[in-house]
Amino acid sequence: MSFSVPDKQILNNISFSVELGKFVGIIGPNGSGKSTMLKIIYRHLKQTSGFVTLYEKDILDISQKKLAQELAVVSQETPVLFDFTVKDLVMMGRTPYKKWLAADNRDDFAIVEESMMLANVLHLENRTFSHLSGGEKKRVMLARALAQQANILILDEPTNHLDIEHQYQLMDLVKDLPITIVAALHDLNLAAGYCDELLVMNDGALYMSGTPEQVLTEETLREVFHMQAGVSKNPFTKKIHLFFYTND
Amino acid sequence: MTSARFTLLMAALAAGLLASMTFAVMVGSVDITPRLIGEVLFSKLGVFTETDASKAQTVIIWDIRFPRIVLAAIVGASLAICGAAIQALVKNSIADPYILGVSSGASVGAASVILLGAFSILGEYAISLAAFLGAILAVMIVFFLARVNGRLSVIRLLLAGIAVSMVLSAITNFMLMMSKQQGGIQAVMHWMLGSLAGAKWSNLGIPFFSMLLVFILLLMNYRQLNALLLGEETAATLGVNLDRFRIFIILFVSLLTGVVVAVSGSIGFVGLIIPHIVRMMAGSNYKMVLPISALMGAIFLVWADMGARIVLAPEEMPIGIITAICGSPFFIWMLRRKQYSFGDGE
Repeated sequence: MSFSVPDKQILNNISFSVELGKFVGIIGPNGSGKSTMLKIIYRHLKQTSGFVTLYEKDILDISQKKLAQELAVVSQETPVLFDFTVKDLVMMGRTPYKKWLAADNRDDFAIVEESMMLANVLHLENRTFSHLSGGEKKRVMLARALAQQANILILDEPTNHLDIEHQYQLMDLVKDLPITIVAALHDLNLAAGYCDELLVMNDGALYMSGTPEQVLTEETLREVFHMQAGVSKNPFTKKIHLFFYTND
Repeated sequence: MTSARFTLLMAALAAGLLASMTFAVMVGSVDITPRLIGEVLFSKLGVFTETDASKAQTVIIWDIRFPRIVLAAIVGASLAICGAAIQALVKNSIADPYILGVSSGASVGAASVILLGAFSILGEYAISLAAFLGAILAVMIVFFLARVNGRLSVIRLLLAGIAVSMVLSAITNFMLMMSKQQGGIQAVMHWMLGSLAGAKWSNLGIPFFSMLLVFILLLMNYRQLNALLLGEETAATLGVNLDRFRIFIILFVSLLTGVVVAVSGSIGFVGLIIPHIVRMMAGSNYKMVLPISALMGAIFLVWADMGARIVLAPEEMPIGIITAICGSPFFIWMLRRKQYSFGDGE
């Protein structure tokens, strides 16, 4: 796919496929096109050329409602809100399943409760969303996406605003879900620790892709992120771990 | 708000509306007892025929006060639900049903009938019809101005609404300024501030059924309205077809607002403050916001109209002045309360 705005090409001939059930991380410097690409995948933006398919079907041919049953999104957008309770908000995840006038039934309530439990916000269920902290809000939005019971979950910088405990808690939770995850991530060590596959974006193009071991090399980090790094292993998780330094 | 509390509140508001309407029938230049109201009502409904009410009392109750009070309730409920829906559409707490140009368009229509004698072949319905057409025309202009490359942008909708309203107000003001007929100018001013004095049983049907239709349609889509408050992007990922849903809201809200303005003039403030008061009490879930807004709007306007009838009696006070004078202080008090989020997510 490609995407352009007048005068500037944001994405340049990107092509990749995601295997069902995999946790795919998208990494790359600011402005490399991560969010834009995600927005095209969840159909908020329309690509200038190319296509996105889901189950061998062009997503532009899938109805908005059907797509919402397959694809849930936690975007970076901070919602403009009046006062909703956490429970009401998570219940909105059921919207794509509801016909006109259909009431919330027992299944919906069970799904909503389970989603809140998974995202660790059940204790907040009767609180007002606007009074929550940034991290709590993020978790509520995740619970809402979980209540959508989609097969694919798209996360745009999900660990932003989260403290270290909740960053790992969220990644643990997402990792254990039996669904496909596509997440734009900033923290490379977090990406290395959790993703099955990484896509490295640079300047609107796909620089390379592969397992964290293949992708996170000293060369990639120097070329794409302009950072000096040592690549090592986390002694506890046996996953790739990066140490950064500058030459000052 | 739990569903038990919601049911309780709805029951209380329904009782409140009934009591307010009864009281509104009693008040006026001729005193009427609640007993007489009940007797006239039931005899008109054919339940029983015996009544102590004199012929004059029956006419006052049934033909003058009843339709007017029922219209007040319909107009109040309509403006409140339209306000709530528009606020969700543009995700902006200062929006009211007139933001898309309905009232200024209607004013041009009404003024051209009153001052220039347009549509005079339509007789007594000329003002209503011209106002309705003006309103719909204004919304259509706003809508097409806001639509660029097939996409509707909310901020463009708001700004186009303001711009078109300004042009139309200028046209109305120009007509007022150039007019030599003192009576006509006063009639236009009166119309613009709103009045329910024209209510008759025969002209209640269209507003009532429009209100019912739009209320049911909006309530059926309460999930989509809720989703809109989460932002465009999130609403879309929840399966809301944004373009189609926005057009749907604009169409039906403008239609109902146009009908209401045509029968009562542009009564301000109800559509702005009632949804906020409701959200303060019940939160933002439109499943509850819509029905509570309808009842609160109805009650508010029944009382406002009562004020309009008695404050300057035997003269009539324009109801728009009452709604603004009573509504504003309350709104300002509410603005200063900390616990309520006006949609800025603070």
